[in-house]
Amino acid sequence: MTDLLAVETSAGPADAVAGVRITPVDAVGLEQRAASLCTRSIKTSSKADALDLAIRVMDLTTLEGADTPERVQALCTRARHPDAADWSVPPVAAVCVYPELVPVAAEALADSPVAVASVAGGFPAGLAPLDARMAEIAWAVAAGADEVDIVLNRSAFLSGRYQKAYDEIAAAKQACGSAHLKVILETGELGSYDQIRQSSMLAMVAGADFIKTSTGKIGTSATPAVALCMAEAIRDMAEQTGRAVGLKLAGGIRTAKQAWHYLVIVGETLGSGWLTPERFRLGASSLLNDVLMQRAKLLDGRYQRREDFSVD
Amino acid sequence: MTDRFSASHEVAPTGDFSLEYAPAPESTAPVRLASQYGLFVGGEMVESASGRLVPTINPATGEALAEVSVADAADVDRAVAAARAAWEGGWRDLPGAERAKYLYRVARLLQERAREFAVLETMDGGKPIRESRDLDIPLAAAHFFYYAGWADKLDYAFSGRRAAPLGVAAQVIPWNFPLLMAAWKLAPALACGNAVVLKPAPTTPLTALLLAEVLRDAELPPGVVNIVTGDDAAGAALVAHPGVDKVAFTGSTEVGRAIGAEVAGTGKRLTLELGGKAANIVFEDAALDQVTEGIVNGIYFNGGQVCCAGSRLLVQETVADTVVGKLQRRMDTLRVGDPLDKNTDIGAINSQAQLDRISELVASGVAEGAELYTPQCVLPERGFFHPPALFTNVSTAHRIAQEEIFGPVLSVLTFRTAEEAVAKANNTPYGLSAGIWTEKGSRILWMADRMQAGVVWANTFNRFDPASPFGGYRESGYGREGGRAGLLPYVELVP
Repeated sequence: MTDLLAVETSAGPADAVAGVRITPVDAVGLEQRAASLCTRSIKTSSKADALDLAIRVMDLTTLEGADTPERVQALCTRARHPDAADWSVPPVAAVCVYPELVPVAAEALADSPVAVASVAGGFPAGLAPLDARMAEIAWAVAAGADEVDIVLNRSAFLSGRYQKAYDEIAAAKQACGSAHLKVILETGELGSYDQIRQSSMLAMVAGADFIKTSTGKIGTSATPAVALCMAEAIRDMAEQTGRAVGLKLAGGIRTAKQAWHYLVIVGETLGSGWLTPERFRLGASSLLNDVLMQRAKLLDGRYQRREDFSVD
Repeated sequence: MTDRFSASHEVAPTGDFSLEYAPAPESTAPVRLASQYGLFVGGEMVESASGRLVPTINPATGEALAEVSVADAADVDRAVAAARAAWEGGWRDLPGAERAKYLYRVARLLQERAREFAVLETMDGGKPIRESRDLDIPLAAAHFFYYAGWADKLDYAFSGRRAAPLGVAAQVIPWNFPLLMAAWKLAPALACGNAVVLKPAPTTPLTALLLAEVLRDAELPPGVVNIVTGDDAAGAALVAHPGVDKVAFTGSTEVGRAIGAEVAGTGKRLTLELGGKAANIVFEDAALDQVTEGIVNGIYFNGGQVCCAGSRLLVQETVADTVVGKLQRRMDTLRVGDPLDKNTDIGAINSQAQLDRISELVASGVAEGAELYTPQCVLPERGFFHPPALFTNVSTAHRIAQEEIFGPVLSVLTFRTAEEAVAKANNTPYGLSAGIWTEKGSRILWMADRMQAGVVWANTFNRFDPASPFGGYRESGYGREGGRAGLLPYVELVP
């Protein structure tokens, strides 16, 4: 912990780092609070807005080795109009792809409010040579990515080489230029809430615009307690430095109900100022259809068939 | 953005959205209230000798729920006689395993009717349904299960000695956890083979009377448990009754002292669980976000109407501002209102009298120069409600730091060293509970050794379990409830 605080911060956002304090996390208390937030019931009139918000903060994601330009194009069409039959449905926040497909997405999303996000920097392990990782980030940005999702170097962080982990994020921030940087902590590999809290602070101090839970490439991903833990770190960061960092939850979020729970956790912890695509994202591939189904159900009182919604 | 997107597609500006929670009132359908209730004596619901009835009200609305009998000395006499007859008539000689069957039955019936009990508890007492549903009722059932397990093992509970029942136990319980306190008292008494006369608090008799129905359904032999409702005079008559072998009381220190004087020299056994002014001690290395939740749970749980509430926050000076800031922010999100609403965090205060007492003490805090913080919240127009309150700039000499408020009012004091924390924590006539928040295990043990309190929680607060003994030091009373220690007040140890 002391080492973490001693990280050389000159490369970070200058005066936003001095004196950042990291508080420990009590697992029992954290999980209790997260569970109790998941029992709140949302007002029906608020539910429709909540579903629209869930769509507006969604990073529609496809990160398969088998991705094709056609699949990405189809995804982009859905991103603009998630429900082909109902154009009152708002567009999603971004489409998230591998760098090679950034040009395809950028073209398909030109003149739309939907941002292009690219994973880069040796996703999902982050263990490629540093130069190669930085080059990949720069390439993705040059190809049209508005947002870049990189991973924390867990090898460095977990072995206590905090300076290295920090420097790499700071370098990635430079490589991003004006593009937004999201740092994936891969919380399922961090081993404790304390490490999640520490790595959250480290990533934020190093310049992350967003901190993100997971790659979606390992079994364990976002959970309510992890979301709460990271939201509390973001709240501390904002209180201590005045800088508002975003939160992206990804992996395993498949149902509208889960999305509501996360909206409640973020709303109660960080306030409604975070319930906006600028500060909150849900990374998901299969969530959209469930949200659309619930939305349609709210509007006309009936559930539709799964076949009524596009699979890609 | 292109023209195709209508206005509804506008990406909303920052912070346009706020979550509104639905009113989510729990249905009162499972509760079937009678218009009038008698006394439960000898296995029957009977009219009181005087026929006097008083209404019991819903503190969230001020409306009467039902009329309840007021027992007098003659009724108490009848109840004690019924208990004595049941005890001598076979209950005391029943094998432990047979007694256990009844207790298991009661526990299961409580679980089966949990919803009904939870709703009724909230209607009669004003506590949030979230608490009665998730804590009071499940824990009450758990106590019956736990002590059912001891009933046939009493011969092994106290090494080398046999545990014999005492006879008739008089049990007087408070209004803050009506059914749970009934369970805390009844379960060990019955497991040990005693007969009981129970007197619920005047403002919260209904779940005890519903419990009478459960006891009957469990086919508990008539007279083993008798329930007499009434005012303080009925309690006094019960405590003073010569046919009683054991007195157990939970309530205020003032009444506890009077009972102590009454019982002295009579040969009756006595246990008292009285007031408290617990210190919740936060060290700088603690997990501050969970500390915040713990403080909230410590003082705003059941609206602070808890004898072991963490009503004095002692926080290390280095993190005092941070903790108070986090706490105020958290208080702003607490939802005060209809206790039957599942989203409600703080329900109604139990009675007008209690609300008056809280308001009076809050006013004294302001008058003595402490700084009051309460969140902006709209209180319901009817009923007895008090917003969560936080006092800073409190000195140990202030009344709000000394007296038990029994409401959602927290006093914040600071300390610099662990020694100072110990001195301040113990600077009270009470000694019921304490909380210690630190990530350092050795400090938890060091502090716990020095706390003059019956219960010490580490990195949590207000956690209860039937297997864990509970009770106080000094003016918080004596005797333990829960665990193996909870058997002792109800047995005579014989060679």
